[in-house]
Amino acid sequence: MNSPFPVLSVITLAPIAGAILILLLPKTAKQEARIIAAAATGFSLLLGLFVYFNYDVAAANAATTPEQMFQFQESIPWVEALGINYHLGVDGISAPMVLLTGLASFAGVLISWGIEERTREFMAFFLLLVTGVYGVFVAMDLFVLFFFYELAIFPMYLLIVTWGWKDLREYASMKLTLYILVGSVIALVGVLAMYFVAGDATGTYSFDITHLMNVAAMPDSPFNANVFGIDGLTFARAWFPFIFLGFGVLAGVFPFHNWSPDGHVAAPTAVSMIHAGVLMKLGAYSALRVAVQLLPQGAQTHLPWIVFLTLINVVYGAFIAMRQRDFKYVIGFSSVSHMGLVSMGWATMNVYGMTGAGLQMFSHGVMTALFFSCVGMVYDRAHTRDIPSLGGFRQVMPWVAFAFIVGGLVSMGMPGLSGFVAEFPIFTGLWDAGPNITLQIGSWTLANYYGVIAVVAVLGIIVTAAYVLRVVQQVFFGEFNRERFAGVGDVTVLDKAALVMLLAAMIILGVWPSIMAPMVESGVAPIIRLFGGGA
Amino acid sequence: MTLPFNLDTSLLTLIIFLPAAGSVLLLLMMTLPMSAEGHKVAARWAALGVSLLELLLAVYLFANYDQAAGGFQFEESAPWFALLGSSWHLGVDGLSVMLILLTGILAPLAILISFEIEDRVNLYMALFLFLETGLMGVFASLDLLIFFVFWEIGLVPMYFLINIWGSQNRVYASVKFFLYTMAGSLGLLLSIQLIGLTAGTMDITQLMTFWPAFQGDGGTFLGIGVETVKNLAFLAFFLAFAIKVPIWPFHTWLPDAHTEAPTAGSMILAGVLLKLGAYGFLRLVIPLFPVQAATFSGVIAFLGMAGIILGALAAYGQNDFKRLVAYSSVNHMGFVVLGVAAAAYVYGAAYTGGGGMSPEELESARQSAVLAMNGAAMQMFAHGLSSAGMFLLVGALYHKIHTRDLRQMGGFWVLAPVYGGILIFTSMGSLGLPGLAGFVSEFLVVRGAFAVPAFSLMTLLSMIGLLFTGAYILKAIQKVLHGKPSQEWVDYNRQHHRLEITWREGIAIAPLLALMLLTGLLPNWILPMINTTVTRLFGG
Amino acid sequence: MIDWTNANFLPWLIPVPPLIASALIFLLFNRSWFLTTLTALAATILSWGMSLAVLLRALGLAFGDPLGGSAFSSQIAWMDTGTTQFNIGVLVDPLTAVMLFMVPLAISMIMIYSVGYMANDPRRERFFGYMALFAGAMLTLVVADNLLLLFIGWEVMGFCSYSLIGFWFEKESAHKAGVKAFMTTRVADVIMLIGIVYLFAQAGTLNFRDIFFNHEFLAELASTPALIFGGAISAAGLIGVFLVIGTVGKSAQFPLHVWLPDAMEGPTPVSAMIHAAAMVSAGIYMIIRMYPLLAAGADPHHGIYNAPLMLMAYVGAFTALFAAIIAVAQNDIKRILAYSTISQLGFMMAALGIGAYVAAAFHLITHGIFKALLFMSSGAVIHAMEHGEHHAHAEHHGEHAAPIDVQDIRSMGGLRQRIPVTWWAFLAGGMALAGFPLITAGFWSKDEILAEAWHLGVGGEWFGPAVFVFILLAVAAFLTAFYTTRQLAMVFGGQPRTAAAEHAGFVDPEHPTPAAQAISGFMQGPLLVLAVFAVIAGFVGVHPDFPLLGAIFSPYGNPFHNFVTGTLAEEMPKVAFNWLPVLISFLVALGGIWAGWMVYWRRPLAAGQEDPTKVALDRVSPALYTAMQRKFYLDELYNAAFVRPAQWISDVLVAQIVDRGIIDGVLHFIARAATVIGETFKRFNRVVIDGVGDGIPSGIARFGGWFRQLQSGQVQQYLLMALLSALVIGMVVFVRLIGRG
Repeated sequence: MNSPFPVLSVITLAPIAGAILILLLPKTAKQEARIIAAAATGFSLLLGLFVYFNYDVAAANAATTPEQMFQFQESIPWVEALGINYHLGVDGISAPMVLLTGLASFAGVLISWGIEERTREFMAFFLLLVTGVYGVFVAMDLFVLFFFYELAIFPMYLLIVTWGWKDLREYASMKLTLYILVGSVIALVGVLAMYFVAGDATGTYSFDITHLMNVAAMPDSPFNANVFGIDGLTFARAWFPFIFLGFGVLAGVFPFHNWSPDGHVAAPTAVSMIHAGVLMKLGAYSALRVAVQLLPQGAQTHLPWIVFLTLINVVYGAFIAMRQRDFKYVIGFSSVSHMGLVSMGWATMNVYGMTGAGLQMFSHGVMTALFFSCVGMVYDRAHTRDIPSLGGFRQVMPWVAFAFIVGGLVSMGMPGLSGFVAEFPIFTGLWDAGPNITLQIGSWTLANYYGVIAVVAVLGIIVTAAYVLRVVQQVFFGEFNRERFAGVGDVTVLDKAALVMLLAAMIILGVWPSIMAPMVESGVAPIIRLFGGGA
Repeated sequence: MTLPFNLDTSLLTLIIFLPAAGSVLLLLMMTLPMSAEGHKVAARWAALGVSLLELLLAVYLFANYDQAAGGFQFEESAPWFALLGSSWHLGVDGLSVMLILLTGILAPLAILISFEIEDRVNLYMALFLFLETGLMGVFASLDLLIFFVFWEIGLVPMYFLINIWGSQNRVYASVKFFLYTMAGSLGLLLSIQLIGLTAGTMDITQLMTFWPAFQGDGGTFLGIGVETVKNLAFLAFFLAFAIKVPIWPFHTWLPDAHTEAPTAGSMILAGVLLKLGAYGFLRLVIPLFPVQAATFSGVIAFLGMAGIILGALAAYGQNDFKRLVAYSSVNHMGFVVLGVAAAAYVYGAAYTGGGGMSPEELESARQSAVLAMNGAAMQMFAHGLSSAGMFLLVGALYHKIHTRDLRQMGGFWVLAPVYGGILIFTSMGSLGLPGLAGFVSEFLVVRGAFAVPAFSLMTLLSMIGLLFTGAYILKAIQKVLHGKPSQEWVDYNRQHHRLEITWREGIAIAPLLALMLLTGLLPNWILPMINTTVTRLFGG
Repeated sequence: MIDWTNANFLPWLIPVPPLIASALIFLLFNRSWFLTTLTALAATILSWGMSLAVLLRALGLAFGDPLGGSAFSSQIAWMDTGTTQFNIGVLVDPLTAVMLFMVPLAISMIMIYSVGYMANDPRRERFFGYMALFAGAMLTLVVADNLLLLFIGWEVMGFCSYSLIGFWFEKESAHKAGVKAFMTTRVADVIMLIGIVYLFAQAGTLNFRDIFFNHEFLAELASTPALIFGGAISAAGLIGVFLVIGTVGKSAQFPLHVWLPDAMEGPTPVSAMIHAAAMVSAGIYMIIRMYPLLAAGADPHHGIYNAPLMLMAYVGAFTALFAAIIAVAQNDIKRILAYSTISQLGFMMAALGIGAYVAAAFHLITHGIFKALLFMSSGAVIHAMEHGEHHAHAEHHGEHAAPIDVQDIRSMGGLRQRIPVTWWAFLAGGMALAGFPLITAGFWSKDEILAEAWHLGVGGEWFGPAVFVFILLAVAAFLTAFYTTRQLAMVFGGQPRTAAAEHAGFVDPEHPTPAAQAISGFMQGPLLVLAVFAVIAGFVGVHPDFPLLGAIFSPYGNPFHNFVTGTLAEEMPKVAFNWLPVLISFLVALGGIWAGWMVYWRRPLAAGQEDPTKVALDRVSPALYTAMQRKFYLDELYNAAFVRPAQWISDVLVAQIVDRGIIDGVLHFIARAATVIGETFKRFNRVVIDGVGDGIPSGIARFGGWFRQLQSGQVQQYLLMALLSALVIGMVVFVRLIGRG
């Protein structure tokens, strides 16, 4: 179903339009640049809300064909020869992501108001980044998806290397870019493979997701045909790990997570927010969209072992976060831990876990954006992130303290907040998956271990509680060093506005899960059907 | 008059969210343009007002609960989290009504005593009211997930109350409290997911019938024997609630938390928070795990006995007035645990059809179990009154002399006769002097537990604890009141603060004293409320 | 509910006035001495009046049909217990009725007396508050129709005694004594509570009559094995033992008697209250009340005993003698009385143990009266001595006048002429205690006990505990007479041994003040009243076959026996009159008095002279008398065996080692372990994971860094893009091949 008004395109392109506008401005026009950026992102945010609240859950649940799954579709032929269409649309999973991107980017602009160094360029690149992110979430054509994917990585690099933290930016930006690029390239290769295999089988070469889904759903799907002539090693089984982990790199899947803490720390606040808040979701999202959704057979074969990687993410990340001295590194590793839950949710391959993962993407996006904005606000004023030397900051910036505490509660899955709403279904999903999933490697099989994974993963929660309390205690409570932090004052109104916006999102979702859960569920349901399970 | 809502259909929701609304209000009041002093005064009275309104609602609930009918009343249901089969399902039976009333009574008194707080009053009061929301939520929820939500939420405000307004060792105490309790509830979290998933609903009333009978697919579940699964789930529940009660040996967070918490915090902590655990046992563990609870009831009873005895001994061993009172909670909650254990044993036996008992034996055992459970519930109420009162008095003294060290006190009865009298009265209530609330409940528990054959000896041994209850209570009275006041104290009393109890403190504790006496002389003003519920649970 | 239409509601009201008075005094009148005394006296007198009304009605009913049939009783529902109700109520049967004669009488006298005694105490109002509560509790206990209500009164009294013994709490000895009393009795009370609970569990009720008039139930109870102790004892037996232990504590029987002598720290009216009117009597009252249960399955009249009876017989008899021996060696006027109390209570307990139901009740009543009298008299003596002490100081202007212990009988003497009223009162009480034949109440009650013991043991065709009881009690009776005479002699006989005794008195002869006269009146008035009863009270229990007197006082059989036995379901067997026990009680009483008279009265002690008894005993063994004086070192023993270990366990073992050490230790260990794990992961992450991942990027970063100095910063992008496109192209080719294959 096409919408008369190309709302998704507008959402996606509004930022880039803003960017161009900004570049046309004279070098001195800082304030204008900020305002334009705010306007652009704000506009996208509003449209994102429009999309979110006009998304028809009932219709989505009623959908039978892939074409019906997506709403607000728009399609323009692009490179006809290669079967590439500029095809956009959102389903129950991507709609919340669009909203999330809007929130994070708008908040990011507000937070970055104080940037004086080459403001124009910063804002321009930032908007470019935002466009890239939007694009990925709304793309229904894998080529378009990749296009935006790479488009997002580009400015990210520049933003970090130019405006980042001096001590680390060279190293971190390069590390980040390389990890992601290499990952994406591997994924891209897989996608191309799909493109050709599907094309060879059906005669129509197309990057369109719906097309590929139909191919995947075919009774004798070429994706399930053997390759290399090895029996059982089907195309799906052969390519799934590369595609999933290729995107998984961006989602920070262990052991490919290490670019992210450095990247977060090095990046300027707004970028960290987008980066941890949204960019990492790109990985998880694409991994689902491309790998799981198109190669269900591969998923069923490989996710049972990949889940162990995600488990490591969850626990390992939390433990490391507990031992960090650098405020920002704590958050960085907490992201590693929490993103593990997302991939873990995918790995359950049932409605609970995947819905939970979808919710977790949103929840964690908002939460970590909030975290990084808090860190940034403290750092910009205290000029140190060394936890032991901080302290008592609630006295000077109570709003930040409050926001950080709530964020912390979200991250430890405190009921009544979005984190709980997201994590609870994921764990439920693990229980549910327990009897259904068996890991088979050669002759060696392992059954009913998802429950155990849940039990171990839950450790992450208590460790999270430990490091959150530690940070809250040492940064915001305790003695405030009047001499050293003499100049430190409260945050600006814009900062507060940003905080409030993000807080509201987390609390609303936490108190009223039904505002998002059914939508995500509607997006997840068809994927479950691919696994032959009813939703 | 016409209310903007229907009291009978949305009373519980109102009871739950009124305090939360109050705390939001208090936070907003921070932005009002007022003098610092004005802010304090406004915050205090606003909080008191809200809590009194809440008390009004609680009393309304108490008055309008139909005891003859019994069962769950004032039920409400609304969709909440369909994916997990969870809905906003509220409802109360006699047990919850009693605890809601208790909470409603204690909150205003605690707030009244908190008027002495000078530092960030708005925040303090806001947190406090939010805490009340958490408590009310636990007692009113009939949905496992909602129960868990409020169960956990309560931790947060309490953590900050201790962490910000506590005394010297507050950081250690608050973190210990938070992490310990939270770690305890992780297992609960997992089990809730497991149960909710298997049952397809989180509705407690439905689970009561579904889960005990659940046999998995052919005796196995998740590939393991369904009994094993149930045992593990039971242990998870047990651990979570045991830490909260606290049951010995999971009690060590309590003395620290109580001692460091501000007075009002200790009052609510001892008065209501500890009851959450016991409430969990009565509301969830016994109905959901009759067999397991019966199997483990011996252990539970033993731990209860250990709590009674060791709690009393430990209390006797303290030289910190507040720690002493804190340990008294371990001692008193031991009786609740003992009663719960006896009830669990019989309930399980009845569930499995006799459990080796002849019908007559079972019938008499059931009678005893009803009494034991009545006693446990009454003990919750009685201990809520007495412990809150004790902490209030300890706080009132500490506020004036800035020490809790019993060895430095003495002879205060001369300096503060009224305070002395009140302290003795309250101590006697806590000691379980007949004629005061504590006796009725302890009598019922002992009566019930002793008559259940398996528990006779343990009940008998618990009497040692009862003996030492006397010992530590008298120790406290003696150290604080008796003897001659040292010259320093006489001067202190003359020059700095009068040690005598102030009017505000007096007003705050008066209702507690009255209720202790009332409950001791005429237990039937509240007992039938509990009794009908318990009797119904035991199919009477 | 209470039925106000008939007289049964009256008993409800008996305890009420003192309770209300207490509340009023504590809450309102605690600043006004006048209102306080007024309320207290009015309340007690009112209760006394109502008690008498009830008593008379009971007596009236007693003629014609025995009260057992138609006792006052009234109940209200008190507590929901499952599907049933627990009722509490009041019951007036003959036993209660006779208690209602003794208790309010004694209490009222004590109250009046206290007005004088406490007149100059700074906290006198509070004192009356406690006393009123004490009285209310005792009356509740007396009229209670069930064990739970009785226990409530029982414990409240315990609390009052604790507060009153420690009333002068500034004195360490005082509040220590209070704690000691409370804790010692509590040991017994918690065990008694278990007994009550057990009985409740078995009977489903605690109402006296429901239980005692239900023979099937008692029989069944006596035949069912107990829940614990592996059925070595019957349920009834175990319950009985638990209850008796309660009394052992409350009525200060060996080995839990240690609290009572220390209780003398309290003001003297308290001693009278505790040791005569209320507390200790309550203990005996309870076992007399529970006798049908205690005796369930036993029949002492035919030599069948059970555990509770044995326990009572042996403990009681032993205590009677044991305490009497100690009393001989005491010099504190009140302590002597204290031990005499313990000893007399032993008499009652032993009597009950051998089934002498009525005799025990009888002695309870008479003892209550004459012991109250004795304590109040001793209080008067002490008051007079204090007065003398001040006076003496005033004369010597305080110089080199070492303060003396005004309670030590060695520093008294010759008070007979100085406080004659007190002397006569004390004499009456003392003789009653000594059991001076025929004209004192004590003789008749004690004689009846001995007679029954003789009849059941020596006189009967078999031997048993009764013999043991008889012998010990006889010896105890002799000693009682002896030390009582000693006390009388040393206090009132001979010449003053100190200046204080020289000037002892109530009113200063030179310049008498109205206040002092009032006090003297308030204190000595009640003595006379009680003195009268101490003489005549015994005549209600004369054996009908007693020569001459029997015909005079008991033409229709022993009235007390006939009345009180109506309490029980079936009549208590009367023992036939027998000369031998009567002679023996004559002998022991007169013998003791004679001995005391010879030793202490004919040759009065001079100041500083050794006690003749000590001299005599030291010939046997020097340790003996000291041991007696030190109460056979029981306090020291208990300290070493229970108190200090308990303290160590609490302070060190539980509070420190277990809680702080072990339990918290585990928690802290877990916390540390977590930190270590975190640290390990952190290292691993930096070294291994980064180590692998970093090779390339750092290389390129360096390269790029160098390259950028060459050209614009963007070069790295070109570089990366080149890398990327190269990869892509290569892959595409590769994929084509697969697609084909």
